[in-house]
Amino acid sequence: MEKLREVQGSIVAIPVNDIDTDQIIPARFLKVTDKAGLGKAAFCDWRYLDDGKSPNPEFVLNQPEYQAASVLVAGNNFGCGSSREHAPWALLGAGFKAVISTEFADIFRNNALKNGLLPVIVDHDTQQQLFSLAQEDPSTTVAIDVEEQTLSMPDGRRVDFPLDGFSKYCLLNGVDQLGYLLALEDEVSAFEAENPQRVVTTA
Amino acid sequence: MTSNGKAQTLFEKVWDSHIVREQSEDTPAVLYIDLHLVHEVTSPQAFAMLRERGLTVRKPQQTIGTMDHSTPTTPRDAAGIIPVADAMAAKQLDTFSKNCADFGIPMYALGDEHQGIVHVIGPEKGLTQPGMTIVCGDSHTSTHGAFGALAFGIGTSEVGHVLASQTLLQNKPKTMAITIDGKLGAGVTAKDIILAVIARIGIGGGTGHVFEYRGEAIRGLSMEGRMTVCNMSIEGGARAGMVAPDDTTFDYIHGRAHAPKGADWDDALARWRQLPTDDGAAYDKEISIRADELLPMITYGTNPGMGMPITGAVPSPAEESDYNKRIALDKALAYMELAPGQELLGKAIDVVFIGSCTNSRISDLRQAAQFIAGRKVADSVRMMVVPGSQQVKKQAESEGLHEIFRAAGAEWREAGCSMCIAMNGDQLQPGEYAVSTSNRNFEGRQGKGGRTFLASPLTAAASAVAGVVADPRPLMAAQN
Ligand code: SF4
Repeated sequence: MEKLREVQGSIVAIPVNDIDTDQIIPARFLKVTDKAGLGKAAFCDWRYLDDGKSPNPEFVLNQPEYQAASVLVAGNNFGCGSSREHAPWALLGAGFKAVISTEFADIFRNNALKNGLLPVIVDHDTQQQLFSLAQEDPSTTVAIDVEEQTLSMPDGRRVDFPLDGFSKYCLLNGVDQLGYLLALEDEVSAFEAENPQRVVTTA
Repeated sequence: MTSNGKAQTLFEKVWDSHIVREQSEDTPAVLYIDLHLVHEVTSPQAFAMLRERGLTVRKPQQTIGTMDHSTPTTPRDAAGIIPVADAMAAKQLDTFSKNCADFGIPMYALGDEHQGIVHVIGPEKGLTQPGMTIVCGDSHTSTHGAFGALAFGIGTSEVGHVLASQTLLQNKPKTMAITIDGKLGAGVTAKDIILAVIARIGIGGGTGHVFEYRGEAIRGLSMEGRMTVCNMSIEGGARAGMVAPDDTTFDYIHGRAHAPKGADWDDALARWRQLPTDDGAAYDKEISIRADELLPMITYGTNPGMGMPITGAVPSPAEESDYNKRIALDKALAYMELAPGQELLGKAIDVVFIGSCTNSRISDLRQAAQFIAGRKVADSVRMMVVPGSQQVKKQAESEGLHEIFRAAGAEWREAGCSMCIAMNGDQLQPGEYAVSTSNRNFEGRQGKGGRTFLASPLTAAASAVAGVVADPRPLMAAQN
C-alpha cells in the first residue's frame, strides 16, 4: 500500500442514501481473479443505459465537468451489503481517493482502509453543504489531512473526522496490517497451545 | 459468569475467549479464528497475496472451501458433470481448485456430493459449533451465529490475514438485544421475523453492533429458522447475529460429521452450556417485538429495510418527513415501478426463486413443497427451486420433494447461490418481478433491471401458484 497523508481534489456528489455494494460494483463483475479493470465497472448499472454500453448522460460521473473528481460525497450508510472488497478496488480504479458520508457500513469501511481509500465521516450539515457545493460548482475542491484527521472545506472551515489510530498509522506509513499480525507468532502459538483446536476440517 | 463475577453477554464470552492480544489505544484487538470458510469469488486475490509474499496457510485444517457463487445450477449432463458455460466463471473455479490444492485446504468442488452454499454446508457438516469464531469472505457469515458462534463476514484482505495468521484485527463491536416474545401465528415464519426486524431498525440500524436474538419466539424456532434470522443480520447493518445455544442447538449438531464424539461431546456440551448470556448482563441497545403481532412480510423497495406486512400498502414518499428517506423511497418506487399507496397483494409476478443461504435448507423446501403439493405454478410464472447444498438436494429427493416441485411445473436445480446473486446465468430479465426467498432486493441484484420482492418460502410458494403476490395464510387454511 502507498502512503496516504493527504487527499486534495475536486468533489462529485451522489446524494443517495444506502448505496450498496451491488451498485458500486455489480456481482457479474466479480468473476475476476485479480483487481485490475474494475474501475470501468464502478456504478456500472447507473453509468450506462440499458444496452450496458452507452453512457447515461444524466449520471453525474459521466458529466465532463466531474471527470477529474477524486473525492466522492455520498448519502448516508455508504457501502452497505456484501463484503466484496471489489467495491473499494472499483472506486480506486475509477480514480477516487476518498469517500465522504455520514456513515459507512462496517465491512466496506474496513475494506476501504486496507486499500488506501479514505472513508471520511462527517455530520449531516457538512454532507449537505458538500452536496450543494458539488452541484453548484464542479471545480470545488477539498483537502483531507490524514494526520490531523481534518477535512478542509472551500470556505476554510475545518471539520474533524474519526479514524482509529491503527488504520491511521497504516495509511500514513503505507504498511498493511498483515505484517503486524505475523509478528505476533509467539502469542498466537501460545494461544493455540492453551486452546485446543475446535474442529479439524481435514479429518 | 466470569471469575470476577461480572455478568456477561453471549457475545462477550465468545469474544473474550478468543483474544490473542487485547485492544489498546493504538491497536484493535487481535482475535483468534477457529474456522475459516472460503469460496471462489472473494479468495483469489488473497491467495495471490500469499504467493507474492511467500506465505503459507497457517491452519489449513481450520479452513474449508466450497464452490457456490459463480457455479451453474443447471442439470448435470449424461456423464453426471455440471457444465460451466461461462469462461470467466470456469477460470475462477479452476483458480480456486488450484489454490486449495496448493495450500492444502480441503474443498468441495462443483459436482462433489458435499458441495453447496458456504453457509449451508458449515452447519450441515457439524463444523459450525457454539462458542467458535468463524469468518468468511462473505457478509452472510452471520448465519453461523445461530449456533452461538461469533461469525462475521470479512473482506479479501482480511481473508489473506486469516489464511496467513489465523487471526484478525478487530475493534470490539457493541451489542444489541433483539427480543422476540410471544408465539408466531400460522403462516408466519423466521423470515418474517427478520424482515420485520430490519423494517423496524432500518438497514443501517445495527452498524457497529452484534445482535443477540432472544425471547420465546426465537427459542421456539428450529436451527434452520434461527439460521434464517441470523443470516440477515447484515441486512440490518450488524456484522454478526447470535442466538444462545440450547438443546435445540445440541440436538442439531449431535452426530454430524464434524461434531465432537464420545467424551469430547460431553466436554463440549459442558462448555457450550456456559455460553448463554448471564442474568443481569447489559447490552448497549435493546429492542423488542411481539411475535404474535407479526404477519407474513414482504419488501416493496430496493433495500431489505423497505418491508411491510403483506397486507399493507406501499408507503408514500410525500408522507416521509425525512428528506433523504423521501428521496430514497422515490427512487426505489421508480425502480420498482410501484405507486405510493399501492397494495402488493395481487401484483403480477414473473419469477419465483426459492433458494439462497437464507432459505434453501430442507425445512424451507419442505414448507414450500407442502404448500405446492397438488397445486400448479401459474402459467405466467417461472419457479426455480435451488437447494442450498448437494446434501439438501439428496435429502429432498429422498423425500420426493423434487417430484412435487416438478409436477407443479417448477424447475429443480443443482445446489448453489444461483439467482440470489445472478453471477451464474440464473437471473431476472430487465423489468421482471420476482418473489424471492433470498436476502437482498438491491437494484439489479438478481439480474440487471430485475425487481425483487423478498419474502418467506411459504409466501413465495403461494405467489407462484397464484401468479401474483399472495398471502399464504388463506390458501393454507383451505389446505387444512
Ligand atoms: S446465497 Fe446469496 S447471499 Fe448467500 S452466500 Fe450465496 S450469494 Fe451470498
